[in-house]
Amino acid sequence: MATSVLAQDTQKFAELQMVIEEYKGQEGPLMPILHKAQEIYGYLPLEVQNYIAEQLGIPITDIYGVATFYSQFTLKPKGKYKIGICMGTACYVKGAQKVLDKLQEVLNIKVGDSTDDGKFTLEATRCLGACGLAPVMVINDQVYGRLTPNDIEGIIAKYKDE
Amino acid sequence: MVKVTIDGVQVEVPKGSTVLEAARAANIDIPTLCYLKGINEIGACRMCLVEVKGARALQASCVYPVTDGMEVRTNTPAVREARRVNLELILSNHDRNCLTCVRNQNCELQELSQKLGVDSIRFEGERIEYPLDDFSPAIVRDPNKCILCRRCVSVCRNVQGIGVIGVNERGFNTIVSPVFDMSLNEVPCINCGQCITACPVGALKEKDDTQKVWDALNNPELCVLVQTAPAVRVALGEEFGMEMGTIVKGKMVAALRRLGFDKVFDTDFAADLTIMEEGTELLSRLKDGGKLPLITSCSPGWIKYCEHYYPEFLDNLSTCKSPHQMLGALLKSYFAEKNNIDPSKVFVVSIMPCTAKKFEAQRPELSATGYPDVDVVLTTRELARMIKEAGIDFARLPDEEFDPFFGDSTGAGVIFGATGGVMEAALRTVAEIVIGKPLDNVEITDVRGVEGVKEAEVSLGDITIRAAVAHGTANAKALLEKVKSGEKEYHFIEVMGCPGGCVTGGGQPIVDAKQRMDVDPRVVRAAAIYQEDRNLPIRKSHENPSVKRIYEEYLGEPNSHKAHELLHTHYVPRKKY
Repeated sequence: MATSVLAQDTQKFAELQMVIEEYKGQEGPLMPILHKAQEIYGYLPLEVQNYIAEQLGIPITDIYGVATFYSQFTLKPKGKYKIGICMGTACYVKGAQKVLDKLQEVLNIKVGDSTDDGKFTLEATRCLGACGLAPVMVINDQVYGRLTPNDIEGIIAKYKDE
Repeated sequence: MVKVTIDGVQVEVPKGSTVLEAARAANIDIPTLCYLKGINEIGACRMCLVEVKGARALQASCVYPVTDGMEVRTNTPAVREARRVNLELILSNHDRNCLTCVRNQNCELQELSQKLGVDSIRFEGERIEYPLDDFSPAIVRDPNKCILCRRCVSVCRNVQGIGVIGVNERGFNTIVSPVFDMSLNEVPCINCGQCITACPVGALKEKDDTQKVWDALNNPELCVLVQTAPAVRVALGEEFGMEMGTIVKGKMVAALRRLGFDKVFDTDFAADLTIMEEGTELLSRLKDGGKLPLITSCSPGWIKYCEHYYPEFLDNLSTCKSPHQMLGALLKSYFAEKNNIDPSKVFVVSIMPCTAKKFEAQRPELSATGYPDVDVVLTTRELARMIKEAGIDFARLPDEEFDPFFGDSTGAGVIFGATGGVMEAALRTVAEIVIGKPLDNVEITDVRGVEGVKEAEVSLGDITIRAAVAHGTANAKALLEKVKSGEKEYHFIEVMGCPGGCVTGGGQPIVDAKQRMDVDPRVVRAAAIYQEDRNLPIRKSHENPSVKRIYEEYLGEPNSHKAHELLHTHYVPRKKY
């Protein structure tokens, strides 16, 4: 492996070890360990999954199967700003697809991916519950409503410069 | 015992039986797809649905336990309709290129769709096209043909204790694959091929190398030599409709000659040679306080398992190459010299019950003469394909003999094909060398049979050799853990990567789930192996006259410098991920 995720940050690794130690003997340890591991690292890379597998004495495929089954787990690092564009019915009808197309163009990434500089992750979400503002997107906890494709460049520029 | 009534037929079956098993006892055939006796019993595919009186809905008979007085109906309109719709849904996103599929006419899905009368696909829906994973030299994965039955996952994870393939993603995107979209070639797969023999369809298959052999046979510059492993002769017949356990040694030799091989040799010769080398290694380790237990090295699946998962035992492994690699090395040295052929013009083909030997033959360290000891490994199934393609009427072939010298072997060589065989063969020889007089009984039955781990003690004058035999890597793991913890102490351990040993290797003819309910191929094929042992006039490796001669003429003595150069190897620790 080119760079070792585990060796890179000894503090994170110590945290992971503590989490595994805490849940190891308990029934159904995998889900809580994966949740905490994702909190620590932001995602679940191969090395982390392999380490958990070895510590729990189970094949890594048991872990990877769970990590890819639940959408809350991610295998790729997320950007500093998570952009969620709502693709629920109301937003979709109000033109969310065009807003999404523009986001992909401006960020130069596809849905589900992150920018190379680690700043942005683009995701399409289910209904965010703000249908009155459709089409809606959230950037971390900030909500943007009644969007048009023309708004996108300006909004992204604000975060880029930060 | 409990009494159940199935389709009006009353049967008595042991408590704890499933409805499927009870139906079997009543001669009623319930279709199955994901079910594989003892390996995958999860009720996932819903093919085996039945009506159980009083039950809320249709039940999967493969996991539904019988109770006394239970009434079951297996052939009602509701049952037939449910099975059929389920099958049609499985077929709707299946790659239905049956004509060009390796499993054409040997496919459980194909057979079911015929049996259940599916004459059109009503649900023509979306299909995801997956790339073929053919990077491994041994195993090819085709997810487009996968029906997600999980039989391969169970055998890899539970029977072999490995788990390099799993069920990933969810819903329509579900896929059986290694982690992180890796190839089988990038993960710690041991190439045992048990996933192939568990697969009901064509989603897992061996890397087909038959074209390389056709090309060699067609090349007038090459001297093309073939050798066959012991287990092939007790299984090849099945590919031609013969009963399981039929010994087809003579016909196999005849077929290989008709395919155009210049010489047909027997890997059993090299098995005898292995016993001389490994037996000597054991005796010298015992005498000189070398690393014990000595562990056999004939099974390349086991060797790769040890390299990935138990590198701390690498020094325990015998340095002996596996028998076909030994013979390959001798064919490119001794045989080439004797016949005045340049070793570059000698092409060695091994017919093996094994997919792991395809990987083994590619190991750079296994090229004693500067050329690979073995050029191509074909599985039993690939040989059958070549025989069919050549238009050879296998069943009507006369029985022919192996070519002399490298075709000479003993009963000890042939029992290498069954679990415990290497141990038994070695003990036959080691015991006689140490005691100095012939054994009263050459059959060491303690090490035979399908129990996961077997033990035997053989008294040799002042020492008693403690031996253990494990087959299937999960059993090997359990045994090694006991050795590691000090709970058990042995002098000599035999490990075979596949459950049952080579007779049920990953390259052997595929036995479908239905047949596996009634017969255990590990037992039936092994019985043929032991029959062949009894058929042979010589049953001890050190009495093989050609083996004696090659030591006199060429190798000197077992474990000599020359023997080490040609017949021994070394191992490397391998990472997992």
